[in-house]
Amino acid sequence: MSYIPIADQTDEMHDPHTFIAKYVWSQDHKVIAIQYGTVAVAVGLVALVLSALMRLQLGFPDSFAFIDPAEYYQYVTMHGMIMVVYLLTALFLGGFGNYLIPLQIGARDMVFPFLNMLSFWFYLVSVIILMASFFIPGGPTGAGWTLYPPQAITAGTPGADGGIMLMLASLAVFIIAFTMGGLNYVTTVLQARTHGMTLMRMPLSVWGIFVATILGLFAFPALFVSAVMMTFDNMLGTSFFMPAMVSLGETLDHTGGGPVLFQHLFWFFGHPEVYIVALPAFGLVSDVLSCHARKNIFGYRMMVWAIVAIGGLSFIVWAHHMYVSGMNPYFGFFFAFTTLIIAVPTAIKVYNWVLTLWEGNIRLTVPMLFACGFIFTFVHGGLTGIFLGNVTVDLPLSDTYFVIAHFHMVMGVSPVMVLFAALYHWFPKMSGKMFNVTLGKIHFWATFFGTYAIYLPMHYLGFLGVPRRYYSMGTTDFIPESANTLNANITMAAIWVAVFQLVFIFNMIWSVWRGKKSDPNPWEATTLEWQTPDNPPCHGNWGAELPTVYRWAYEYSVPGVVDDFVPQNIPAKDVKTVDGSPYIGHED
Amino acid sequence: MAFVVSIVLLVIISIALQLFTPWWLQPIASNWSGIDATIDITMWVTGFVFVAVNLFLAYCVYRYRYDKNRRANYEPENKKLEVWLTGFTAIGVAALLTPGLFVWASFVNVPEDAVKVEVVGQQWQWAFRYPGADGVLGTADTAYVSPRNPLGVNPNDPFGQDDLVVEDKEMHLLMNQNVQLLLRSKDVLHDYTVAPFRVKMDMVPGSVSYMWLEPTLAGSYDILCEEHCGLGHFIMRGTVFVDEQADYDAWIAAQTTFAETQAVAEGNAQAGQANYAICSACHGVNGEGNLALNAPKLAGQEDWYLRQQIRYYKSGVRGTHPDDVYGAQMAPMAATLVNDAVINNVIAYIGTLPDNAAPETVTGDLANGADLYNSTCGTCHGDDGSGIWSLHAPALAGMTDWYLVRQLQNFKSGVRGAHPQDQQGYQMTAMVSALEGDEAINDVVAYINTLR
Amino acid sequence: MSFLKSIFEKPWDYQGDDPNLSGQEIGESLHPKRIALRMFLAVIFVVFMLFIVAYFIRMELEDWRPMPESNLLWVNTGLLFICSVIMQWTRGAVHKGLQNPVKYGMVASGVITLAFVYGQLSAWEEMNNAGYYLASNPANSFFYVLTGLHGLHILGGLWVWTRATFKVLSGAEVKAIRLSIELCSVYWHFLLLVWLGIFALLSYT
Repeated sequence: MSYIPIADQTDEMHDPHTFIAKYVWSQDHKVIAIQYGTVAVAVGLVALVLSALMRLQLGFPDSFAFIDPAEYYQYVTMHGMIMVVYLLTALFLGGFGNYLIPLQIGARDMVFPFLNMLSFWFYLVSVIILMASFFIPGGPTGAGWTLYPPQAITAGTPGADGGIMLMLASLAVFIIAFTMGGLNYVTTVLQARTHGMTLMRMPLSVWGIFVATILGLFAFPALFVSAVMMTFDNMLGTSFFMPAMVSLGETLDHTGGGPVLFQHLFWFFGHPEVYIVALPAFGLVSDVLSCHARKNIFGYRMMVWAIVAIGGLSFIVWAHHMYVSGMNPYFGFFFAFTTLIIAVPTAIKVYNWVLTLWEGNIRLTVPMLFACGFIFTFVHGGLTGIFLGNVTVDLPLSDTYFVIAHFHMVMGVSPVMVLFAALYHWFPKMSGKMFNVTLGKIHFWATFFGTYAIYLPMHYLGFLGVPRRYYSMGTTDFIPESANTLNANITMAAIWVAVFQLVFIFNMIWSVWRGKKSDPNPWEATTLEWQTPDNPPCHGNWGAELPTVYRWAYEYSVPGVVDDFVPQNIPAKDVKTVDGSPYIGHED
Repeated sequence: MAFVVSIVLLVIISIALQLFTPWWLQPIASNWSGIDATIDITMWVTGFVFVAVNLFLAYCVYRYRYDKNRRANYEPENKKLEVWLTGFTAIGVAALLTPGLFVWASFVNVPEDAVKVEVVGQQWQWAFRYPGADGVLGTADTAYVSPRNPLGVNPNDPFGQDDLVVEDKEMHLLMNQNVQLLLRSKDVLHDYTVAPFRVKMDMVPGSVSYMWLEPTLAGSYDILCEEHCGLGHFIMRGTVFVDEQADYDAWIAAQTTFAETQAVAEGNAQAGQANYAICSACHGVNGEGNLALNAPKLAGQEDWYLRQQIRYYKSGVRGTHPDDVYGAQMAPMAATLVNDAVINNVIAYIGTLPDNAAPETVTGDLANGADLYNSTCGTCHGDDGSGIWSLHAPALAGMTDWYLVRQLQNFKSGVRGAHPQDQQGYQMTAMVSALEGDEAINDVVAYINTLR
Repeated sequence: MSFLKSIFEKPWDYQGDDPNLSGQEIGESLHPKRIALRMFLAVIFVVFMLFIVAYFIRMELEDWRPMPESNLLWVNTGLLFICSVIMQWTRGAVHKGLQNPVKYGMVASGVITLAFVYGQLSAWEEMNNAGYYLASNPANSFFYVLTGLHGLHILGGLWVWTRATFKVLSGAEVKAIRLSIELCSVYWHFLLLVWLGIFALLSYT
């Protein structure tokens, strides 16, 4: 074959010169990453405001008449969908995936830069379609982010006239965008690694993003398929999911469809989606922990295996979201079993993170604070997952505040802690500036305490039996006044957390504009992205020659070496040892 | 250091909250104590892991804090430790899962002696069906649903004739008797949840799901819908009573069978004319209403709504609130309609009266009224305000507007709708919270005036 | 498999840039476009599989009434099969560096593919005329959705085919378009396989 591996190709990079080519229609993975990140954060702020409004209604049910029930359900739905898909998925994969993959594996760019650019623009279109639903008559859909039919497309649900169609259209476009990006990430990881960068020398960030992308490529089709069928049911009167029903006094034309079929398809996407968000988070946090603990990640191989195992298992646990859905109850045995199996590799990851700290030399920098905070929140969220994964315990707890608290701990707070850790960690590389440490610490403490104050007590409302997705509780015989007070306090905490995110936004903007210039490698990290000739890296990343990789990504505190870190791309002969003897690395 | 202290503090707070929480599972009212036991086991095991891992985390961050004269230990992996931890975790997980699977097995297998009771969900109310004397529930299908047969019982099925049709928010169960609840939905997904029973299950249109339990504690408990079912999800409420034998028997005896509901004769308008005489004194000869006498328009109102309200007045569900001055006037009048046949006759007569739109007396901001109406009211009362029978939402368009204003105020202040048996009244009290102040009420009623 | 072998390595045990560690264990001779196409086809395969699983689940519900078989579909299947054969033949011609056969092969396969699309549309018309509308039964709905989606998939392929054929006809070097033509042939074989799966499903249920 005449094909030359990418690491051996000597193509010239054509530097774009005009402003538009550089920052708008850019094909540079770093610019696309920042475009992705900016849009994701912006749309995430919308979702944050929605959650604050929703909490106001829940905390003070009689005080905010401008939030009517229809709007409440629309806020709930849009908040959920935006956070899960348009913020977390887009930011981890479109943002960090784009930024870190080529830099960490030593490539000049993604293998298909044009496709990469298209991916971002499709994503932007999907966001615009979604946001448009706020401005159409009837507003966005209020079906809950799970979009269960028949309810999602019948008249009794807010936004059933147009909102749901825009939601489905937006998701379809998002999936196309994701597929274009995803093919790129996978191919780049497989084909564009530089010399010496074996699979097992890749940083865990790349592993997490890589496996998550594969999950996404195979999970999003399920959402696509169900969106197509639901669109047909709604627009063309088919009965894929729609049963014979009397909707608000009118008998509809549908016959015999299977609403549970939709749920299977949805969760066949929905559960891997949890790991599409979690695996990149696992990867990124591993790198942050290892670097700031000045110690190699403990049990690297186990960490890789766990990522792959979790990725595989995530496709056979979906129906644990459906224990009480009216599906064949015997499925409960199987899915409870598989779900609790997945707890094992997950637990191993947690052990390895704390064992990385063990005997480390820990610098409690801002990113490290967030990373350690993540361990705490993730342990909490993971353990409550064991409640819900166990089919019997799920009976009283499903559809209550316990579920809300659980998935916000494990899928909201924890990934967001990692996002912040990663943003602070890589900010000096992305911008070439250093952020303000004091503001960063204020942001950490407010977020860490604030979110725990929201979600810890919320679990107990769930035990009490307070149901989710209730606009107001009205009169019940089991909710004591103290629970209402608690709910009000939770709202206060939520608003507190939301307000303190402004500190973060301010810090980022201010530091880009006025921040101190940062060292090229301020954290003294080993991975390739910190070894670029320019800071921030310019187009093509590596100047004239691609770096060569000589060792794995976690060569920290090796005995006998002068520095406590050895970058991946430094030849052994250039490593200074204490006694001047040649560096041979560690031996078991 | 601050980080270490706060982790320890958060662990302590978490433990304290668990030990002294005022919010915990409600006292159990069924045989499913196995579920509570499983929760306890899970809480102990996970609690231990939570405390252990986080204290270890705090210890590491404290003990190995940065010191420029120290080196971290270089240790890529420790196979022995990792194998131990994996094995230990696997055992812990198995210990958590096993008891749960046993409980689930008994949940899945319904005892043979369980009595079958049907629960029917619709947007946004509950209804129930009990097997009659033959102990067998007849078949049912959404295709049979009509205003006279709201549950869609198969009229041709002999087993269905003696079924007790309970179109009410209240159901009763017999203490210490195994009962299998057959769950059915007429429209979208719902979920039958009674928190003290611990078990719950979704209701899926097009199929029948089930769950079983043995009630063990007498009392009344809220039935909540816990699967999002549209705008009125949060007002889909019911009550289940767990009765001793005597109370249960008395309640069962008071219910009507399906055959009886089908046999009720159509009202006779001619016969009703005589009975209407007493009504006409206030409501007007043509049922047009009278502001001076605080009597709303009746002509053009839906028959099932008039029937329900007359029954409410007769049974004290409505008109008994101390501040309900006009309701108190109506209650004794309703009592003059001695039985269902008379009520039906009167209503049939009202149905023959000319339906002319009542005069407009209320003005307001139409644009704001339209927003309010379309986002909240219109879902149940119809975009054109003509009412929807299956939701028990009466007609609004063309009715006396001052009366609508007063009723909205009553719902807001709790003068109407606070009675525990007033299902739709309760729903209205929840929905009017979207109307802030008299102005919003006027706006929305002014908009309703445009719908005639 | 090298992937499985490599993830058991202890990366901290060795140093250096040994050529054996060039970081290309997987498909080192493969062009990225080949990898991307394989991944893409795998994703499309999952889409169709999910539809097919949904088909089987939906089939179990009461109101399912199977559709009659259309002879036209057999003809269409034949067309697509011929198309696949021609693609393979063109691919052979590319390997031998023959300019003219490549031209004919590309044009012929495109034309026959269009004929297939036309045939599918005729099958829709035939069904519609016989009263088997999209919404009248889930079996019909699946028929239209599956064939429609397959059709869209073909149109996507035709777009790539247009670009390649345009290059061939405008006299590009055979070597320069070798990759495009090989990818086209893989895509068309996949189209045929998917169609055979759908066709078997529709005929035997």
